[in-house]
Amino acid sequence: MSAKLTVTPSPHIRDDLDIKKVMYAVVLALIPSAIGGVYFFGLRALVIIVAASLAAIATEAVCQKAIRRPVTISDGSALITGILLAFNLPPGVPYWLPVVGSVFAIAVAKIPFGGLGYNPLNPALVGRAFLLASWPVYMTTTWTAPSRGSLSGISAITTATPLGVFKYVRHILDNPSVGPDEISRANSYLAQLYSSASLKNLFLGNVGGCIGETSVILLLIGAAYLLIKGIICWRIPLSYIGTVALLTWILGGQGLFHGYPLFHVLSGGLVLGAFFMATDMVTSPVTPKGKIIFGVGCGILTSVIRLYGGYPEGVSYSILIMNITVPLIDRYTRPRKLGEVKGS
Amino acid sequence: MAKTFRGGVHPPEAKLTASKPIETIAQPDRVIIPLSQHTGAPSKPTVKVGEEVLIGSKIGEAEGFISVPTHSSVSGKVKAIANYPHPLGRPMPAIEIENDSRDEWIDLSHWTDLTNSSPDEIRRAVREAGIVGLGGAAFPTHVKLSPPEGKTIDTVILNGAECEPYLTGDHRLMLEHPDEIIEGLRVIMKVLGAARGYIGIERNKPDAIDKMSEKVEDEESIEVVGLKVKYPQGAEKQLIKALTGREVPCGGLPMDVGCLVQNVGTSYAIWQALKLGKPLIERVVTVSGSAVKSPGNYMVRIGTTFSHVIEQAGGMDEGCSKIIMGGPMMGIAQHTDQVPVVKGTSGMILLSAQDVRIDEPGPCLRCGKCVDHCPMRLVPNEIARFVEKGRIAEAEAYGILDCMECGVCAYVCPSKINHVHLFKIGKAEIAQRRRKEAGKEG
Repeated sequence: MSAKLTVTPSPHIRDDLDIKKVMYAVVLALIPSAIGGVYFFGLRALVIIVAASLAAIATEAVCQKAIRRPVTISDGSALITGILLAFNLPPGVPYWLPVVGSVFAIAVAKIPFGGLGYNPLNPALVGRAFLLASWPVYMTTTWTAPSRGSLSGISAITTATPLGVFKYVRHILDNPSVGPDEISRANSYLAQLYSSASLKNLFLGNVGGCIGETSVILLLIGAAYLLIKGIICWRIPLSYIGTVALLTWILGGQGLFHGYPLFHVLSGGLVLGAFFMATDMVTSPVTPKGKIIFGVGCGILTSVIRLYGGYPEGVSYSILIMNITVPLIDRYTRPRKLGEVKGS
Repeated sequence: MAKTFRGGVHPPEAKLTASKPIETIAQPDRVIIPLSQHTGAPSKPTVKVGEEVLIGSKIGEAEGFISVPTHSSVSGKVKAIANYPHPLGRPMPAIEIENDSRDEWIDLSHWTDLTNSSPDEIRRAVREAGIVGLGGAAFPTHVKLSPPEGKTIDTVILNGAECEPYLTGDHRLMLEHPDEIIEGLRVIMKVLGAARGYIGIERNKPDAIDKMSEKVEDEESIEVVGLKVKYPQGAEKQLIKALTGREVPCGGLPMDVGCLVQNVGTSYAIWQALKLGKPLIERVVTVSGSAVKSPGNYMVRIGTTFSHVIEQAGGMDEGCSKIIMGGPMMGIAQHTDQVPVVKGTSGMILLSAQDVRIDEPGPCLRCGKCVDHCPMRLVPNEIARFVEKGRIAEAEAYGILDCMECGVCAYVCPSKINHVHLFKIGKAEIAQRRRKEAGKEG
């Protein structure tokens, strides 16, 4: 016998799915929303997405070279970080902002922890949190209206995003000193926000917001692809969105059970966050039960920030906070082994 | 819906040889019969170099209860007793016998059918025939037939799942020898006083399900059950769960839940031993894969070298770069084709270079696929990490010893982590620690 035989441990066959395929499937799933962002907010959006992506990839390459590790930019994970960071920025930010955000995301939140697989927090969200803390003006005032609609999705207001309008209305209605005129105006804004025209704008993405978050339909197309491919599972997004729907219904109106959950589900970064960031494998639990707990936790935090916090939106911070709890969740939600007797 | 368990995967079935009847291959010039082909103590040689033996002659005596004797599979002369390559990896003691090609059996003319004998007599005969589980684990069958005082077995399960890709030997046996297999099941049930018998077969073998069902039509106590096509459907605990809903407790045995599982091939061997007096000297081996010229199911004498079997199967392609003993999920890669077929050799899979993958393991993405698919419902990613970091106590707390090394976690892993390899290391380390501790106390 002349041929050399390969000796490796079992199993000798493997599923085709590998790291690259996982990552590029996510990239592919984000493309409809990227196109949507460019359609609604113009070429600015494209420049921001490209700048953030290139900066993320370049930062990863430079960092890995510097610490003499193999350069793994081709695995696609840095690209995802860049795209997601851009998706979480208002379309009017200066072009250097996404670059700074991506550098921070990769160089501070990813590489020092050991790179892909070891970062405890979602790098894109850390990048966004850093930008929000450092340049709050750019991050909260550079909204632009979509090309064929208004910033708020309703005609009465043109200076705030839908969630911004909602925050303003809550502020008026919760303030005992405002006059009846103001109250009736606030109520009329609210009625417009909850109207079918407004909800349609939210669903299609014809409202102001961050580049990649506004169009629910485009996000759902990408999410459906990932669900069908088995890259993500329903547990985190469903429990997350379900919790937000439940809590905003109970607590989101004047008096209990007077909220309007559909508005909250469709607006802001919830759908983007629930399907593409809370599901980030590296920073979410591995156990089935843990995923549900994680989603519910994100949902509670998002609802609390939206309804009672200082910011109109709370998806990013909610996910970041829940990221920290992942080791604990995984530890206490280990599945019952086959044949394991309770209490043993 | 077909019965099954939770978790598992469905790799490409690749049952290339399902329609190939079992063929008897030309005898080899020599056989190398290892003294250890079973779980437990190796047998002790009872012949000397130069001695003449016949087919079925005992050449090794069992050592202790968990052990079985070894028999010659050819007639001829003992040439050497020495260390030879063994499919488990390390060279091990074996008896080499030169085949005189007369194909002469020991005298069985006075054999009386033992299928209706007392349980004790049957156990003794099964042991004397050297019968072990033929599914791959090769655990001595008489031990399984002797549950300790106080354990009642009410259900006997014949395993015809054959869930490993490529392998078709059990499938063919069920088609070609259904009566003998069922007769063997009846004997096992009688020995244990079990009232219920199941024959579990994956639904990708509808002809076998039909054939076996037809044979037990009038039998109230035996039921043929079609199982979902999913690996590892044929793993003992998963099979029991699918058929009876019972869960074998962690660290326990099937008898703890009143069950006993035997491979269909073992049942056939039991029948042959009791009815005809033939010890276990041959078995069905599926020879398959992309690098073998005539894939098929072959009746092979124990001790025949892989190279001879492959030659009889038309030879291997130039580009053969891996030979696996067993199936591709749990089988063992061989470094040489000079190893002999042993009692646990269910198949020989020859893969050409393009089917052999050598993956560089990447970082764990924590995707959770291994958790979702683990048939024991463990958390393989964490256990693998613990072993890598030398945190063996934590690996144990997370259930490493409940792992059966089915390979599902590694199969689904996008990072191509070698979980099974790490688990084997972890288990070996635990065993070593226990031995040390026992030594200290003693």
